[in-house]
Amino acid sequence: MKEAENNPIVSLISSIVSPFIMLFGLYVIFHGHYSPGGGFQGGTLLAASIILIRIAHSSRTGQLQFPGNLGTPLGSLGVLIYYGTGLAALWWGGQFLNYAFLPLAEEISLRRSWGILMVEIGVGLAVMAILVSIFDDLLEDENHD
Amino acid sequence: MMPSNTIPWPPLIYLFAGIFIPLAALKWRRLAGWLALVATAAAAFFSVVNLLRALDQGVISYRFGGWIPPIGIEYILDPLSGFVTTVINLIALGVLFHAHRSVEAEIRESRWPPYYALVMLFLTGANGIIMTGDFFNLYVFLEIGSLSLYGLIAVGEKKSPVAAFRYLVMGTVGGGFYLLGVGFLYLVTGSLNMGDVRNILFHLPVTPPLIVALTLMLIGLGIKMAVFPLHGWLPDAYTYAPSPTSAIMAPIGTKIGAYSIARIFFFIFGLKLITQVTPIAQVLAWLSAIGIIYGSILAMAQNEIKRMLAYSSVAQVGYIGLGLGLANSFGFIGALLHIMNHGLMKACLFLVAGNFRLRLGHSRIDRLDDSLRRSMPWSTAAFTLAALAMIGVPPTVGFFSKWYLALGAIEKKNWLFLMVILISSLLNAVYFFRVIERMYFRPVNSRQTSENLSETTSAEAREVGPWLLLPTLIFALALVVIGFLNVWIVKTILTKALPAVF
Amino acid sequence: MTSFILGHYAYWFILLLLVIGLYGLIMKRNLVKKVIGMSIFQVAIILFFIASSTKWEATVPVLSGHQETIQTAAYINPLPHTLMLTAIVVGVATSGVAFALIILIYRRYRTLNEAELLKRMAEDDAE
Repeated sequence: MKEAENNPIVSLISSIVSPFIMLFGLYVIFHGHYSPGGGFQGGTLLAASIILIRIAHSSRTGQLQFPGNLGTPLGSLGVLIYYGTGLAALWWGGQFLNYAFLPLAEEISLRRSWGILMVEIGVGLAVMAILVSIFDDLLEDENHD
Repeated sequence: MMPSNTIPWPPLIYLFAGIFIPLAALKWRRLAGWLALVATAAAAFFSVVNLLRALDQGVISYRFGGWIPPIGIEYILDPLSGFVTTVINLIALGVLFHAHRSVEAEIRESRWPPYYALVMLFLTGANGIIMTGDFFNLYVFLEIGSLSLYGLIAVGEKKSPVAAFRYLVMGTVGGGFYLLGVGFLYLVTGSLNMGDVRNILFHLPVTPPLIVALTLMLIGLGIKMAVFPLHGWLPDAYTYAPSPTSAIMAPIGTKIGAYSIARIFFFIFGLKLITQVTPIAQVLAWLSAIGIIYGSILAMAQNEIKRMLAYSSVAQVGYIGLGLGLANSFGFIGALLHIMNHGLMKACLFLVAGNFRLRLGHSRIDRLDDSLRRSMPWSTAAFTLAALAMIGVPPTVGFFSKWYLALGAIEKKNWLFLMVILISSLLNAVYFFRVIERMYFRPVNSRQTSENLSETTSAEAREVGPWLLLPTLIFALALVVIGFLNVWIVKTILTKALPAVF
Repeated sequence: MTSFILGHYAYWFILLLLVIGLYGLIMKRNLVKKVIGMSIFQVAIILFFIASSTKWEATVPVLSGHQETIQTAAYINPLPHTLMLTAIVVGVATSGVAFALIILIYRRYRTLNEAELLKRMAEDDAE
């Protein structure tokens, strides 16, 4: 990415706004299982806060905050968390993704709640990582072709 | 405790491999190919287990998340889905065995892990589409498979991104039409579960939105299947994709669309709706018949083996569409048999085309000569056998699917379709014998030899190594063996896979 | 007839959007504009589903606390919304892949105009 002229207003405002977007993203992820929201939306918000820094500041700052080569591993990890939750339910005798079989809590409804939360976290992580890496890939220099 | 229920395992294994390969390959890049191979072998094993179980017990459903079907997503294992997953995974196993070397030759090392991961995701999509019993889930898997395919095509030669882009545009419109159709269907029935929709439709009057839903779904899936006027994306995509991609998408890609049409229109909507209320089956049959002739004629005009095979795919998909469109049991058996047979034949032919590219640096028909039969005897033999199967010479598989299609056409007393099947066999013979004649009888033309330095002349080429040769020969052998076994396959599997309406 | 047209007014706009998307997809020469057309097409489908789920004077389908009887008429059908969440993700992924392909095409052919692109591809063949 080209080193753009740093406009102080843009960089200051984006630095202030970005953490709040991130916080809101986390809120949306962690409250997704009993109110509107969830992994996709929260992950997109997290990605937005990271991409905002990348656009407003130099790409070096952005890379410090979230190294570009983390994208694919984190994305895979996120999906693995989701997949692992499903597999765990399978392991403890239920169907794939049947949270009622996860031994996380005594009560069935609480088990479902924890299970869906794990899935949302995985999905949020994956969506964030993949969106940021899509952004990085689109801006990649030609010599990386 | 290991769960004994193996129904959802083929897609789950592929999904796991698809996300695990990029992680594992961070450290060991060469592991990617092996992991893919192991995953495919495991999935193929489980799909065979599933098939045996389905033959034994009939229809079994698997409820994801433990939700009861009209609410949750269910997977349906019946002889039909068991048969098609088995065929697809076994073909994928052979192709991936071959890909192990051809990926090394055609794709840069840094791209191996994503390449294999995408292959795994494509197979996830393919298996998911076949197993799922939910309309929207089918859309999601359709898009997973297609998105992976776009990436798999685009790593090929210079023109491949353009071909992939064209496919992306067409494929997205196809997916969109299908989704719109699902929307209308949901408005009419209020359900997305296939079995539930079937039961609800049974009691509902036929209304315009339902017909719109049917039409939109046919168009959408027709694009994915590459039925005649909607096949525009196919030739370029097959030609410019790297040879491992062509080899995996030619036998599997279009078959998925064909399977979805068979599943949705025959099992869910039922014969009355698609033959009497709306002429969907007839339209499909006629378009396919035109496509058979059109694809065969254009295949004759091609000068490049992969492109010729691509147009021949348009024609062969036509056979499947024709069989489905005949809407009787012979046609349906013929179509199902052709899904398997065409998969095997095309896999074999594309593997040979890949071998030629690897050893000769090209696969142009006009540069082949008879020194090839001495320098690459096994590859040329496999090609000849597969070509004979495509033409439909009796002991090979190609004959039997055409036989059932012809029986279906006779039963319908549709002599034009019978003519189409016969004429297209003739056309197949014409374009395949062009290649065979070059490989076996055309003397070496010394003028052409030193034309291009990067290409090896046929005389200098060596036979490919065992990694490449073995899968090619196994496919070629399978064409004959399965040809002999076809009565058994039809009796034990396919007659059970027929929809109840026949 | 009038009530049919007015009663389904949202669907007519969606149809219009669908046609605009397809028009952009087919008629525009620039590849990026094709992708824009594609996105409009997808958005139209998403809106179709969302429009189908609406009810008059219904509210967000989130239950607060335990209620004895749940009046379905009081809530918007949540299923199309969740489905469209997935469709949106598919749309994002599709546009991502499309733009990646466009960048690749531009690097190889230095043009995004379809006619120009076809000309340069033909020149490649001639060589």
